[in-house]
Amino acid sequence: MIAIYIIIGIVVLLLLIFVGIYNSLVRLRNQVRNAWAQIDVQLKRRHDLIPNLMETVKGYMKHERETLEAVTNARNLAQGAIGKGVGAQSKAEGELSGALSKLLAVVENYPDLKANQNFLALQEELTSTENKIGFSRQFYNDSVLGYNNKTQMFPSNVVAGATGFKAGEFFEVEVAAEREAPKVSFS
Amino acid sequence: MWEQIRFNQIRSAILVAAMAVLLLVIGYFLGLVFLNSAIAGLIIALVIWMVMNLIAFFQGDNIFLALSKARKIERDDHPRLFNIVEEMRIASGLEKMPDIYIIDDPALNAFAAGRDPKRASIAVTSGLLQKLNRDELQGVIGHEMAHIKNRDVLLMAMCGVLLGTIVILAWYATRMLFFGAMFGGRRSSSGGGGQAQLIIFAVGIILMILAPIAAYLIYFAISRKREYLADASSALYTRYPDGLASALEKLGGSTAQLQSANQATAPMYIINPFRKKGKAASDLTSTHPPISERIRILRSMAGGASLADYDTAYRQVRKGRRGFVSASAIASVGAVGLREAEPEAARREPEPDKVERTREVSDLMWRLNDYRTIICDCGTKLKVPPKLKRVNVKCPHCGRINPI
Repeated sequence: MIAIYIIIGIVVLLLLIFVGIYNSLVRLRNQVRNAWAQIDVQLKRRHDLIPNLMETVKGYMKHERETLEAVTNARNLAQGAIGKGVGAQSKAEGELSGALSKLLAVVENYPDLKANQNFLALQEELTSTENKIGFSRQFYNDSVLGYNNKTQMFPSNVVAGATGFKAGEFFEVEVAAEREAPKVSFS
Repeated sequence: MWEQIRFNQIRSAILVAAMAVLLLVIGYFLGLVFLNSAIAGLIIALVIWMVMNLIAFFQGDNIFLALSKARKIERDDHPRLFNIVEEMRIASGLEKMPDIYIIDDPALNAFAAGRDPKRASIAVTSGLLQKLNRDELQGVIGHEMAHIKNRDVLLMAMCGVLLGTIVILAWYATRMLFFGAMFGGRRSSSGGGGQAQLIIFAVGIILMILAPIAAYLIYFAISRKREYLADASSALYTRYPDGLASALEKLGGSTAQLQSANQATAPMYIINPFRKKGKAASDLTSTHPPISERIRILRSMAGGASLADYDTAYRQVRKGRRGFVSASAIASVGAVGLREAEPEAARREPEPDKVERTREVSDLMWRLNDYRTIICDCGTKLKVPPKLKRVNVKCPHCGRINPI
């Protein structure tokens, strides 16, 4: 009789552990999804800001057509990449970041533009949106790391495997320009 | 990962329990000495504590914000501050944006209020907005956001209430003891057991004197731990401990005193608002760890921005004492890189300098006080008080008459 009780006890205990792990997996996966939604909000905000920025900048920067076009194109590409998976989207957004920072670097040459109140407000919004994208990416990646650890480490990996939890994908920003080694010349 | 970070939760719980026991002991003796019934004393102590707890829980943040004369501002009033708070909200993974308040005071300080992350507020002084640059402000807001995220605000409010109850009870008890001694309390008539009564009486007196001191010490111990934790979290959120370190240097170097703070509200601020007038924030503050030590810890976080890195720096600076982050919390967090410091020349955003920041903030304070701004044709901004009865004002620069 006692043996049966012990076996029942062990089965119940295992079941409880299984449920506990399953619930924490669900919670972590929801956190990852929520974190992704946060990134999405900020990316959308950036896409919305760019036409405004173009409108303000256009009048001042007559000689920077290429830089302006690069930003517009990168924005359209990023807009098109929405919903095509984390990898594709992070690549397109990386390009957009690169194009934008080039544009904002050129602004230094236009003192009139820098004095424009409208532009200054836009610039604060844009800088902050870039920061927010950075921070939401940071939170997303931290969440993915925690979730992936849980799906891959024993014993939770057994539960994850049995119930179909797959590892999440990191949001990496890779800008082609950033990966090139800086050129140093001593001439 | 983030909810596994629960350092010190147990130690805090033990300290809170110690305070609660202290309160019950006081109630017990009060009952014994004055009411001849220990149970009655216990019940009175518990009732006072409960009532104060309920008030603190439901109205604590409003009372606190009102006490510190904080005024709520909207996004348009100071977009940069709003953006920074939102950045830190995102970095900490908080769902709801806290309300933002401003205190019109040249002192440099900030605090967080609100019982849970859904109902939270952050208040900063106008001096802080003027003196700190964006990175420094981000560090400070990160620290406050950590208080909200770690639910320190509720913990400290509950501890504050416990402390307050103990102090009040002890105060009344000592008054009553003196009163009783002077006029020969009614117990003298009951006779018998004089020896035992005397002992209880003596123990009671000693307890009434020691209990508030003990309660203060426990309270400060809890408060200091939460400050370290908030610093560590701020470094984790911003990935840039130097920002908070440099902000703390400015805060510590400032000599302005916050007008609206009082003893009970002190632990809520980012640095202790009390110090000798005219002196820089000294290391003898007790609700907060010494500022110089907090700065040294942040500055020596060379390897990364994770909690484990903070812990390493903490032990380094405090000379091999026990760390305060639990081992499991360290193990659960991977390596976290530092944000690269941007070279000043390469900054995308030309930051508003101190003069511009000061103008921005003083304009904001004029607006909040319902002053109207009239721009004269010569470019001078005239600030018109709300109660002015005249129909026009003369510009002090060019002498033009401007209609209001």
